[in-house]
Amino acid sequence: MTDENATVPLLEARAVTFLRHDEAVFAPQSFQLHAGDLTWIEGDNGSGKTTLLRVLAGLLHLGAGELRWRGEPLQRDDCDGDILFIGHQLGLKADLSPRENLRVAAGLHGCRSGVDAAQALAGVGLRGYEDEPVRRLSAGQRKRAALARLILLPAALWLLDEPYANLDRSGAALVDRVLEAHAAEGGAALVTSHGAPGLGSGAWRRIRLDA
Amino acid sequence: MAASTPIHDPGAAPGRPGSAPHPMPARGTGTPERPTPRTSVQPPGAGRACAAILRRDLTLAWRRRADIAMPVLYAVLVTILFPFALGPEDTLLQRIAGGVVLVTVLLAMLLTLDAMFSSDIEDGSLEQLVLSPQPLALLMGMKILAHWLTSALPLIVIAPLLAAMLHLPGTVIPVLLLALLLATPLLSLLGAILVALTAGTRRSGMLLALMLLPLCMPAVIFAAGAVAAAQQGLPWLAPISWLAAILVLAVALAPPACAGALRIALDA
Repeated sequence: MTDENATVPLLEARAVTFLRHDEAVFAPQSFQLHAGDLTWIEGDNGSGKTTLLRVLAGLLHLGAGELRWRGEPLQRDDCDGDILFIGHQLGLKADLSPRENLRVAAGLHGCRSGVDAAQALAGVGLRGYEDEPVRRLSAGQRKRAALARLILLPAALWLLDEPYANLDRSGAALVDRVLEAHAAEGGAALVTSHGAPGLGSGAWRRIRLDA
Repeated sequence: MAASTPIHDPGAAPGRPGSAPHPMPARGTGTPERPTPRTSVQPPGAGRACAAILRRDLTLAWRRRADIAMPVLYAVLVTILFPFALGPEDTLLQRIAGGVVLVTVLLAMLLTLDAMFSSDIEDGSLEQLVLSPQPLALLMGMKILAHWLTSALPLIVIAPLLAAMLHLPGTVIPVLLLALLLATPLLSLLGAILVALTAGTRRSGMLLALMLLPLCMPAVIFAAGAVAAAQQGLPWLAPISWLAAILVLAVALAPPACAGALRIALDA
């Protein structure tokens, strides 16, 4: 049973691309994402990394190709809660505290069992800043506040756009650690980044995008 | 949920060549064992999600209380202008009082509509709402409700004061309030659709006003008709019923329309 389970990829892309004014933004991409896979989407500025993530998240419509989720054609209603997208805009309300922001996210997505907002915030190094308005946090701390969603929410597939941006060295190590723990638990993640992520482990695959 | 059970193509799984655990040739060092995929978790009920959104928007409005006071002050000042411009004649002011209060409240609400989704689009919260495992129309309904509570309700509360400033008879004020209670949600709902449609454009404020005001005319006609009828001692139930009927229609149709428009706005 487990064996069969493992052969069905969480997400499968077949010749996926996005068309802007009838022109493909990036070359058609085909890949499979199994449980435990961490994938680095690599590419120059403007090569379509963010666009690819937004297509996979369902924010942009599929230009051409096919997306399958757990073996079936991807339909938004089936996998909404299973996919967590964190983009350049972090989705934090500046007037709310990190704790309040997390509470909203938990109200929409639910929580992983055994994790609460305080633990998630401590996990990203925001202990002591839980009730400070996000407006007063630094860019790196805001990033950490957004990444706390990764720890709290139950999604299986993470789509992270530049998760290392604005983070210090300990923050980058934290992202690596959280990603590897997620992979070990049977999750998967697609990550765009300028630098190579997760240098410590060999579990990373890469997808190269060329404009 | 169907996604929690493994689904596989019966022909494909055994027929894979070789013993490679996965067909990706580009993969580097092989991982011999895969972890079991995470099963999907049942998301929280729509009620909890709605409560979370409503609470969020009301908290945000409370943290920016000055923004709530602004349309109220605007309405008071506009109403004060009328006696100055037309002269303090009781009979004239009485005759126009109902209509003036209605139009003033409408214009004051128009000022607040623009901001309904703009901050959510700027900070990426809207993406998170769209991607959450909840019906977007319902979440939009909650946002519209929060908007009505924070922008229209304060105006309705001071409406008796505005009416009194224009010498509207006290007996007519309950009808005016009833008309406002039905007309303002209609404005919030119609406005939300148009705000969602113009979400991607810059300087959408004036465009919004030009599109919304024609749509508001039925609401203004029925609301003002009810107030005028009450002032003349005629039955006013019919126009109020019309207003209620339009509101029911808008409550049912506006949130899905709004959700659809926002999905399109993001898909660009």
